[in-house]
Amino acid sequence: MDPLFIPSIIALGGMGLLFGAGLAFAAKKFAVEVDPRVAQIIEILPGANCGSCGRPGCSAYAEAVSSGALPPNRCTPGGKNVAERISSILGLVGVEMEEPKVAVVQCQGGKNEAVEKYLYEGIHDCNAAVLIGGGLKGCQYGCLGLGSCVKACPFDAMYMNDNGLPVVIEDKCTACGICVSTCPRGIMRLISRNQNVFLGCVSQEKLKAVKSVCTVGCFACKICVTPKVTPSEAIVMEGNLPVIKDIQNSELYEAVKKCPAGSYVIREKSKIPVEPEQV
Amino acid sequence: MGFLKSKSFSGGIHPPDSKKGTDQKAIEKCPLPPFVVIPVQQHIGAPSKPIVQKGDQVLSGQPVTESGGFVSVPSHASISGTVTAVEMRPHPLGAPVLSIVIESDGQDNRVPDIAYQDDYLNLDKKEMLARVQSAGLAGLGGATFPTHVKLSPPPDKTIEILIINGVECEPYLTSDHRLMLEQAEKIVSGMQLLVKILGVKKAYIGIEKNKPDAIRIMQGLIAKSGLPYAVVPLHVKYPQGAEKQLIKAITGRTVPAGRLPMDVGCVVQNVGTAAAVYDAIAFRQPLIERVVTVTGKGVKETKNVLTRIGTPFSYLFEFCGGLAEDTGKIIMGGPMMGLAQSSLEAPVIKGTSGLLVLNEHDSRRFKESVCISCARCIDVCPMGLLPKMLGAYVKAEYFDAAKKHNILDCIECGSCAYVCPAHINLVHLIKYGKSQVIKSMKKAG
Repeated sequence: MDPLFIPSIIALGGMGLLFGAGLAFAAKKFAVEVDPRVAQIIEILPGANCGSCGRPGCSAYAEAVSSGALPPNRCTPGGKNVAERISSILGLVGVEMEEPKVAVVQCQGGKNEAVEKYLYEGIHDCNAAVLIGGGLKGCQYGCLGLGSCVKACPFDAMYMNDNGLPVVIEDKCTACGICVSTCPRGIMRLISRNQNVFLGCVSQEKLKAVKSVCTVGCFACKICVTPKVTPSEAIVMEGNLPVIKDIQNSELYEAVKKCPAGSYVIREKSKIPVEPEQV
Repeated sequence: MGFLKSKSFSGGIHPPDSKKGTDQKAIEKCPLPPFVVIPVQQHIGAPSKPIVQKGDQVLSGQPVTESGGFVSVPSHASISGTVTAVEMRPHPLGAPVLSIVIESDGQDNRVPDIAYQDDYLNLDKKEMLARVQSAGLAGLGGATFPTHVKLSPPPDKTIEILIINGVECEPYLTSDHRLMLEQAEKIVSGMQLLVKILGVKKAYIGIEKNKPDAIRIMQGLIAKSGLPYAVVPLHVKYPQGAEKQLIKAITGRTVPAGRLPMDVGCVVQNVGTAAAVYDAIAFRQPLIERVVTVTGKGVKETKNVLTRIGTPFSYLFEFCGGLAEDTGKIIMGGPMMGLAQSSLEAPVIKGTSGLLVLNEHDSRRFKESVCISCARCIDVCPMGLLPKMLGAYVKAEYFDAAKKHNILDCIECGSCAYVCPAHINLVHLIKYGKSQVIKSMKKAG
């Protein structure tokens, strides 16, 4: 055996011990106090970094919550469950959760229903397409169908259907609102999960202008706001669009039936109240 | 000194100028259209506000909108008749815009106070500017920036040089060229007024060397009048007529990134604007008509047309013998920076310098392939940017880096996309990147 390697081991081992001791000392001496609750809260949060709480990511939200800058109910993806667990860590009680929400697509004018005014061959992104002559759709309010919302969704809760319209997978949707801020047309919107009927159109145009570009657009006929259809004023006109005021009113289903354009959308067909059988 | 290189800027391209179709054709007057569409937004800045209602009788030259702020100009009825609607109508810049539709009575009765004034040169500067604004003047070169704003620089900026832009570097367009040949006196008178308003000592007219007849006429006229102006023949290169490139070529001054021509003591006005300034001040004549070059293989008869503002494109094409069957694309403006149109019902606006109709073959698109890093776009960029990098950053949605690489300085002249052998949509990418950068800047405050 070569005796030379013995001093090498001693030298290297000695240096290792020395530096190790130095590091151990520095770790104690210069330790930064971390709120242990922050780590616990990060564990609980969904980790999608969606930003719906108003902070850039989950760890930033965890810090804000534990320092008291933000309330524990801001994590929409996490919902009630997460809010309660954060509250228990922080020792808070009585945290109210906002109504659970879901994103909806307020346009039904896909390739089959809406006219396109030119052939678009540019960048596959709605925000880029609106720069070219105000967008390819004949309707200046309509969905451009290039799927920027789908691309932006951090939860894979959206897809484009064959008709060129985005679809929300409601089970996966956490109402983080990224699609709402991405859409250049303002078509995505968060509504309460208790609301089963919504208007699938945002066009402010009237009869002729709507009919010339789309077969399912609301053309402000105002039938749905007549007392005959909605006597309790569950729907009112604001500008050229009807707005639902009472989201759980059963008269809304009557409005859906009477709408000549078919602009209303029912989220879950199974929830439609069964009419009493006529005698 | 004729052997010296003619003045120019660095970068740029040499597309075929395609002006042979119309540069020798005199300006023709288009008959009055049956109706006109006057949009409230024909300029950069705040939209103007309608001041007429459905059913009102209007005279030709009567204001139908009032300006909606300082950076805004009114619009005028370009024919006499009845207002039939105030509603959203197709607009050449894209989305529909609130417009005033006037049905012609065929009389073209003018408002009475349009009359020549002898002593117009001695008017007060304020009065001149007021007349320019109330005449609705917005840069006729195509960018449509309100003229009176350009002519009222803040007091801390001294303007030394006026440059009149007769470059017309966009291929196909000849409206400015014809204007210089046929209405040179008006342009020089307009220049005289602009010099007075700005209080400058030096004034130049920049003209590309592919218009020797215009250079000759302007030089002759200036020599005859004895005014201390100079005609500067410029190298034929695109985009020679872009404001910053023109200043560089004529004065040698470089407008710093993110700054305006007034920061280097210059104001640039188009020849059409100069002529309109003369009309506005000497006659109180509002801007209700302009010269539009209707050209391209898709038009039966190419023409330079003097037409009323608000004339629908379809009527203009009818006057030019109609469109060919293989029409592929209609562009307002020139082929480099013009905007493709989706409706023939859109009207001529103050910035409509031409209507170019390409046939199907010329408007075909090429398949985009990958960048081969040949750097041709970098060679030609007149702003000294790196279009290839900007495009790549935008594709990767890396907008912060694009901003650091001065994406906001891009003038969208299209030289990079023109030379790109991979047919990458560089201008669209950069436009998209700019819009996203501006959005995030607004968000950050």
